[in-house]
Amino acid sequence: MIDLIPFILEHLVIVLVATGISVVIGIVLGIVAYWLRFTAQPILWFSEAVQTIPALALLAILMILFGLGNTTIIAGLTLYALLPIVRNTHTGLISVPAAIKDAARGMGMSKLQRLFRVELPLAFPLVFSGIKISVVNSLSIAVMGVLIGAGGLGYPIYRGIQTQNLRQIMSGAIPVMIMAILFDFLMSAIERRLTKHAK
Amino acid sequence: MITFKNVSKSYGRQVVLDDLSFEIKQGQFVVLIGPSGCGKTTTLKMINRLIEPNSGEIYINGVNIMRQNPVELRRSIGYVIQQIGLFPNMTVEQNIAVVPKLLKYPKERWKPIVRELLELVNMPYEENAHKYPSELSGGQQQRIGVLRALAASPPIVLMDEPFGALDPITRDCLQEEVKKIQKKLKKTIVFVTHDMEEALKLADTIVFMNEGKIVQMASPEEMLRNPADNIVREFMGRHMQGGESPDLYVEDVMRTRILKVPKTLRTLECIDRMDRWEVNSVIVINDDETYAGTVSLEDIHKQGKPGREIGELITEETPTVSRFYKAQEVFDQLLTSPCKYLVVLNDDRTVAGLVTRTSMTKAVGKALWGAEIS
Ligand SMILES: Nc1ncnc2c1ncn2[C@@H]1O[C@H](COP(=O)(O)OP(=O)(O)OP(=O)(O)O)[C@@H](O)[C@H]1O
Ligand SMILES: [Mg+2]
Repeated sequence: MIDLIPFILEHLVIVLVATGISVVIGIVLGIVAYWLRFTAQPILWFSEAVQTIPALALLAILMILFGLGNTTIIAGLTLYALLPIVRNTHTGLISVPAAIKDAARGMGMSKLQRLFRVELPLAFPLVFSGIKISVVNSLSIAVMGVLIGAGGLGYPIYRGIQTQNLRQIMSGAIPVMIMAILFDFLMSAIERRLTKHAK
Repeated sequence: MITFKNVSKSYGRQVVLDDLSFEIKQGQFVVLIGPSGCGKTTTLKMINRLIEPNSGEIYINGVNIMRQNPVELRRSIGYVIQQIGLFPNMTVEQNIAVVPKLLKYPKERWKPIVRELLELVNMPYEENAHKYPSELSGGQQQRIGVLRALAASPPIVLMDEPFGALDPITRDCLQEEVKKIQKKLKKTIVFVTHDMEEALKLADTIVFMNEGKIVQMASPEEMLRNPADNIVREFMGRHMQGGESPDLYVEDVMRTRILKVPKTLRTLECIDRMDRWEVNSVIVINDDETYAGTVSLEDIHKQGKPGREIGELITEETPTVSRFYKAQEVFDQLLTSPCKYLVVLNDDRTVAGLVTRTSMTKAVGKALWGAEIS
């Protein structure tokens, strides 16, 4: 039996780093799609297209660019996580009620002030639920990292498969499941608090 | 002073504003009114450049607003929209302080403003400042909407049907508050409505628009006296003098505070009550509350012996009318009959009220001029 703690920690770090990058890029893309309406279709189409690539193929392509190791799996997860965040940011921004946008403009807010003081705060609950979806997805996809030489809980699972050891497989899989459930639970709770005043 | 010079606006082929020219003087309460789609909102939004004209110019105090930075222009003009548009992510205090903060007022300056404004509308700071808009009633929200527009003391305030969605009582209350504020703070207010009653109540000048043009621009009194055309006349509806008579019914013109006594009451007791009510006649009712007749103080003095029951003195000379009669028919009757009043009966012959000359005059006056005249 191997010590799981380092694998769990590394798995978490990979997922969180990827989500962090994805949040930044995703929100920026969502804002661009909102501000420049003609870019909305291409941006959404791109993020959707990325998701349709099978994970194995995507990782193989990225491996050519980034080589073996954690960088490649982080890049892959970042791309996968993009869609829910971009889509929810864009949807959240366009669904801020017209009256509130009108009021913000009428009060004399500049475009940036409108975005940061009114539109993003109101869109944030939806953005956050996009982030939640991304994190939960990434936790399970990150297991694939072992195929391109990355760390995380993929390794014990892979070892288990090779040695046909079910207990070994489960010892890697169960922590992934627990983390996914835990994140889902915690982030859903935060989500509910966020939507409290957004009426 | 706001000046529109030959302002036009179209969307595609649809002409929304057609060569509009007018002037609004400083400190005036101007109400834009007209049928839906006539261009009121468009006109209003041009003043703070939320919409820009295709041609023509708009000046505020002699400065062409197209030469001004739109963001700065808007900060110097208050704006209240129909849907209220409070920012749900901000507290009441933060909402009110939006423009002062945009103008970089320090906290020591905007805090007292918020407090003062909340007091102005009787919403104590401690109780309300830290609530979110979703925790307020519709009327309170709209109050905050108005305060938000006033916070940076703009000389001009634009209001687009601010009270349209409110119940009549709250609306009345807010109308009075706004009028009071306008007078006190000497604001120029441009106010959009499609409710003539509201326009008559608030306006110094009414601008009546139709199909992107000004049909008439006049004081409320002038507009009532000389409506420019049929559309204006129709809008004035029941507020008009002459013209069609307003649809008033007896129940609209009666007084309901009346002295009713049972048949069996002793005359002395009855006189006592009439004294207390300061009336000189009473309505006598049967046991089942239906109308029996009237008795005047005179009747009692003439034939009343102490200890007699009031029922024995009833005269049935006083005319009775149904509460659902047209007021106009009753009007003539009241003027020609020797009686000073008519008894108004419900369908089941119980007494609903009295039409007196005073109650009639009051009701007609109110129908003509809107508010109660004191
Ligand atoms: N962005 C737009 N695109 C096309 N047409 C528009 C636009 N905004 C307004 N209109 C049209 O311009 C006309 C005037 O609109 P406006 O909002 O000024 O009317 P209004 O007098 O305020 O009416 P209401 O009493 O219904 O609010 C309407 O016929 C409307 O359909
Ligand atoms: Mg309108």
